[in-house]
Amino acid sequence: MGEFRMPSLGADMDVGTIVEWLVKPGDPVRRGQVVAVVDTAKAAMEIEAFESGVLERILVGVGTQVPVGTPLAVIAALGAEGGKTGEPAVEPVAEPAAGPAVEPVAGRAGVPAPEPALLASPPPAEARRRRRKPGQPRPGAAAGAVPDEVLRASPPVRHLAQQLGVDLATVAGSGPDGHVSHEDVLAAAAASGTVLAAAAHTTGTRLAGEPGLGSAAASVGAVPGGRLRATPRARRLAAERGIDLTAASGTGAGSAVLAADVERAARAHAVAQAAQAGPATEPAAPTTSPPTSGTPAAGQGEPVPTGRPAPRAADPDRRAAMRTAIATLMSRSNAEIPHYYVQQTVDLGPALAWLRAGNATLPAASRLLPAVLFLRATVLAAQAVPELNGHWVEGALRRADRVDLGVAVATRGGGLITPAIPDAGALGIDDLMARLADLVGRARRGTLKQAEMAGASITVSSLGETGPDALAGVIFPPQVALVGVGGIVERPWAVDGMLTVRPTVTITLAADHRASDGRTASAFLTAFAHALAHPEEL
Amino acid sequence: VNTERARHVLSEVVGLVAPEVDFDGLDPATSLREQADLDSMDFLELVALLADALHADIPEVDYPHLDTIDAAVAYLGARLD
Repeated sequence: MGEFRMPSLGADMDVGTIVEWLVKPGDPVRRGQVVAVVDTAKAAMEIEAFESGVLERILVGVGTQVPVGTPLAVIAALGAEGGKTGEPAVEPVAEPAAGPAVEPVAGRAGVPAPEPALLASPPPAEARRRRRKPGQPRPGAAAGAVPDEVLRASPPVRHLAQQLGVDLATVAGSGPDGHVSHEDVLAAAAASGTVLAAAAHTTGTRLAGEPGLGSAAASVGAVPGGRLRATPRARRLAAERGIDLTAASGTGAGSAVLAADVERAARAHAVAQAAQAGPATEPAAPTTSPPTSGTPAAGQGEPVPTGRPAPRAADPDRRAAMRTAIATLMSRSNAEIPHYYVQQTVDLGPALAWLRAGNATLPAASRLLPAVLFLRATVLAAQAVPELNGHWVEGALRRADRVDLGVAVATRGGGLITPAIPDAGALGIDDLMARLADLVGRARRGTLKQAEMAGASITVSSLGETGPDALAGVIFPPQVALVGVGGIVERPWAVDGMLTVRPTVTITLAADHRASDGRTASAFLTAFAHALAHPEEL
Repeated sequence: VNTERARHVLSEVVGLVAPEVDFDGLDPATSLREQADLDSMDFLELVALLADALHADIPEVDYPHLDTIDAAVAYLGARLD
C-alpha cells in the first residue's frame, strides 16, 4: 500500500495541477508507467508510478492544484497482503474493482486466488480512449499511450520487441492473461512483413481519396526484405497519421525510424501536398490549418496533423508563471551559491572539420549540430572530473554516479526550460544528437516527461552559434556547476609561432565554491578542450 | 513555375518551424534566420523539412544559399528543374 504523491519536477516546482489521469481505480500500474499528466509553471509533464500495484483510489481530481508532496492516489501492492499474515488488512482492496491484474495474484490469506478467467485482459485501447473526455486538452501526444504492452510484457521482452521493431500492441500473448513472451515477440518479428502490410492497409483505407498519401502508403508493401526498422511508437504513430514509414528518414540507432521522424515526415507530406495544390489555393489549405480550439493534442482522428501546436510559452499566463518560476530559482541560486567562474577559449577547427565531413554524407535529419559537440564534451569532462557532476545536499557534495545532462532550452516567445537527458554518458554522439533534437522539440511543445524534468547533475547553456562571445551562467541548485558556451567566432590564433585564423568558442564554467575549487574547474576545462581537440574520440 | 512552388513550400515550412512568424511580412532580401529568430536547431529542422518536401538533397555546404528568402527561392527552384 503506498501513497502516490505529487513529485517535485525540478527545484523550482512548488505546486502542480493534475491535467489528466491515465489510469482509473482498479487499473494495474507498473513502476515507471505513466499514470498522470501534471501541469507545472513551466510545462505539462507525464508523471510515473514509483511502485507497482493496483490503483486503489484517486485522491486529487483533474484540474486541482496541490503542493509538492500531496498524496494524489493510493496504490495497493499486488500480492503484498499475502505476506502480512497476522496483520489485518487495514484498508481492504476493493475486490470487485481490483480488475485486471498484471500477473496472477497470490491468493490472500483466506481468499482463494481468483479464477484465471476473472483476470480480464487489460482494457482495450478503445476503452482507454473513451475515458478521455472529448475536447479535454491533452498536452502530451504520448500521454495517452499507457500502452497495453507495458502491462502485458516484462521489460526484457519489451526491450527485445523494440530492438526487433515489433509493435507489442499487435502481438497476441501466449502466456496467462495475454502475457507476451520472448517467443511471441520472435514469432511476430518473423511475420512482421505481414504487420507492415496490415498497417499499409489501414493507411490506404483511411486516406482513400488523398492521392499523395494514398500512393505513398501503397509503397509500404514494397519495402525490400519486407521489414523496416522502426520503433513501436513510430509504427503506431505512422499508422495513426497515415504516414509511409519508408518515407521517413530514420535517425535512430541503425537508421531505425523514431516517432520524431514520423512527425517530421507527416509535416513534410503536408507541405508537399500543399505545394502540389499550388499557390493558387489559399495559403493555409485545409491540410495545413493549425489545430483549432486550443487543443494541443495531435493525431486525434485527423490523419495528417500539420501545424505544430502554438508554443505554450505564447500563453501570457504561462509566460508569467514561467518568469516567476525562473525568478524564484535564480534568486535562490544567487543567494545560496558562492559562484566562481573559470574560462577558456578553444580552437574549434578540428571539431568543426570533423562535423562537416560527417554531415556531408548524411541527410539533413541525421546531421550533427555543433551544439552536440559541447554536450558530448561536457559529458566526457564530467566523467573525468566527477567533483563537478552532482548536487549540494545538506551541506555536502553528493556526486552523481552518472551524467544526467541538463540542457537549457529557450522557448519560442520567451522563457527558458532546462530538461535533462538522463544518463547521457551512455549515448554516443549520434544518439545524443537525436535525443537533443527530440528534447528541444518537446520542450518547446510542452510534452516533456517526468524523468527529463527532475535532477540533472550538470547543465549546459548556450545562446547559439551566432550568440555573444561568452556566457557566464547561474547554477541551477542543487547542481554544482553550469557550462556556459559562447558563440562560434573566428579569431586570430597562434599555432606553432604562426598567426592564423580559427573558429573558436569560449567556454565559461560556473562552479559552486562550496563544492569545488579553481583547480577542479580548471581540470574540467582541460578535459573539455581535449575532447574538442580530438573529435574522433567523441 | 518552379520558383512559385519553391516560394510556397518555403513559406509553409517556415510556418511549421516558426508558427508565429508572418512569412509575407518578412523582408525577402535580408537574413531569414534573423528575422524569423531561427536557432541552429530550428534551421536544421527547416532544412530537413525542405529536403523531405521537395525530395531534394540540401547539403550543408549549400546552407548559405538559404540565407535570404530570395536566395532560397532561387536555389530551391533550381533544384526542382
